[in-house]
Amino acid sequence: MAISIDDVHHIARLARLGVSGACAESLARELNTILAHMDVLSRVDTSSVEEVSGIGAAGLPLRADTGPQIPLDRAREDFAPRMKDGFFLVPRLATHDDSDES
Amino acid sequence: MTDVLELPASSLQMAIQAGKATARRAVDASFDRMRDVGAGSGALNILLYQDRHDALARAIECDADSAEWQARPLNGVPVVVKDNIATSVMPTSCGSRILEGYVSPYAATAVQKLTAAGAIVVAKSNMDEFAMGSSTENSAFGPAKNPIAPDRVPGGSSGGSAAAVAAGIARIALGSETGGSVRQPAAFCGVVGVKPTYGRVSRFGLVAFASSLDHVGVFGKNVDDAALGLETISGLDPLDSTSAAEPVPSFRDAAHGGLTGIVIGKPKEYFPDDLDPRIRERCDAALDRLKSLGAEVRDVSLPHTKLAIEVYYIIAPAEASSNLARFDGVRYGCRVDGDGLGAMYEATRSNGFGAEVTRRILLGTYVLSAGYYDAYYRKAQQVRGLIARDFAKVFSSGVHLLFTPTTPTTAFPLGSKADPYEMYLSDIFTCTANLAGVPAMSVPIGRIDGLPVGGQFIATHFDERQMFVAAFALERALGADALK
Repeated sequence: MAISIDDVHHIARLARLGVSGACAESLARELNTILAHMDVLSRVDTSSVEEVSGIGAAGLPLRADTGPQIPLDRAREDFAPRMKDGFFLVPRLATHDDSDES
Repeated sequence: MTDVLELPASSLQMAIQAGKATARRAVDASFDRMRDVGAGSGALNILLYQDRHDALARAIECDADSAEWQARPLNGVPVVVKDNIATSVMPTSCGSRILEGYVSPYAATAVQKLTAAGAIVVAKSNMDEFAMGSSTENSAFGPAKNPIAPDRVPGGSSGGSAAAVAAGIARIALGSETGGSVRQPAAFCGVVGVKPTYGRVSRFGLVAFASSLDHVGVFGKNVDDAALGLETISGLDPLDSTSAAEPVPSFRDAAHGGLTGIVIGKPKEYFPDDLDPRIRERCDAALDRLKSLGAEVRDVSLPHTKLAIEVYYIIAPAEASSNLARFDGVRYGCRVDGDGLGAMYEATRSNGFGAEVTRRILLGTYVLSAGYYDAYYRKAQQVRGLIARDFAKVFSSGVHLLFTPTTPTTAFPLGSKADPYEMYLSDIFTCTANLAGVPAMSVPIGRIDGLPVGGQFIATHFDERQMFVAAFALERALGADALK
């Protein structure tokens, strides 16, 4: 299952990362080297084993979709890159005609 | 009393309570030590942030004439916190440019518990970016150096915290563990490092790397310091749904326990034929001491250990690729503008993440992507089940503890491991405990050419106390031999 340079660009897009041409080549080489070691797992008989979905006493806990309010020592405006009127500002989506961020 | 930080943390608290020392003096000693050893950038580079003004303000509170405050178990004790554990005074940047200068709006539960017990956070420590590394060379703020041998790494990813304790800046420090990031640097720096059971300590405020593997851990200058630190931060936390409602015993009281009737397993997979014979000799000598104290040593096998690195380096990057998706320049951290939203995400993440983080996000994205999930991620989770089953089988056969080397080598030279997979092998004896969620700790058992060697105890879930009984006994038995 060798990773090609095209694969590197594809997974970089999925991961929202920019990868230059030369960088993609070395990443493909490194990832293939790492994954070659992982192939040993394909030879392990796991027919009688369920995949682990959580560890520890709590297993895989669920909570109500209303998390506890966490008291904040400072307002979001103090650490967000850009905010206005209590909203996080982001650049316009390419599909939107309106270029006004606000 | 020339150096208050020569005292174990519990003794320092008692000295302050008795009026023989002050928190102010302890904080001053800590900052003097930072200066003397060159803890900042340009020298050892083991600390990223210090706040003397805030630390002294808290010391004044600790020295207040209040019997209730003075009785707190860590009153006036300086502590160091790894840079991926949230503090609301100093920044929490995870050793990354993407969070450079970010100050959390809340403190982690572990930090809140330490400060409620009277501890004073004096510094945030250097680390591999987002805890991805085994040497603290992957920090965006430059590599940290081992205070015992500055041409060597302190281990990682919690290398800065381990080095701070080794350098005498604090008796107790917090670190985090995903595959050995407390125990491995503890071994390299000659201090005690504990990874508790998964669920024993709240991860609220620990910046997530791989959620099914992440733990908050503790460093101590000696076993008592580590026991005191761990018992302070343990317990159920409603802010972390994976924390457990298990009672927390006194780990310090384990100092009074004995080893008669205790069975210690020696797993053959952790003593391979190519293990450095000098490390094998130190481990065998430690096992001989444990036997002389009444323990029975039994050969055991954990047959799937040899697959642990492969399993770990599929599961951890997969979970990291999901967890680190939150760093996109919208709500916190740095933002690099681009032409539109997608370009902003990409520019921010590409500029903010370093090489190892990028590599692991890509690896994790690949093993989770369509067509590869079953072959890699699902398979790794199944083999993880086999590794956990190995531990369960051994512990149900009458074995109370396991003893192994913590690492296959002593601290290696800075810049000596360029191949990522070779670096990953540093975790070979430690990542199994994270995969199974069992507690483990590293204690100093000797030195080779002046470099510390760590021995590792592993216990069954929530039996940290048994681990501490053995660690206290071994520490007493080895005495100064642990430094030879």
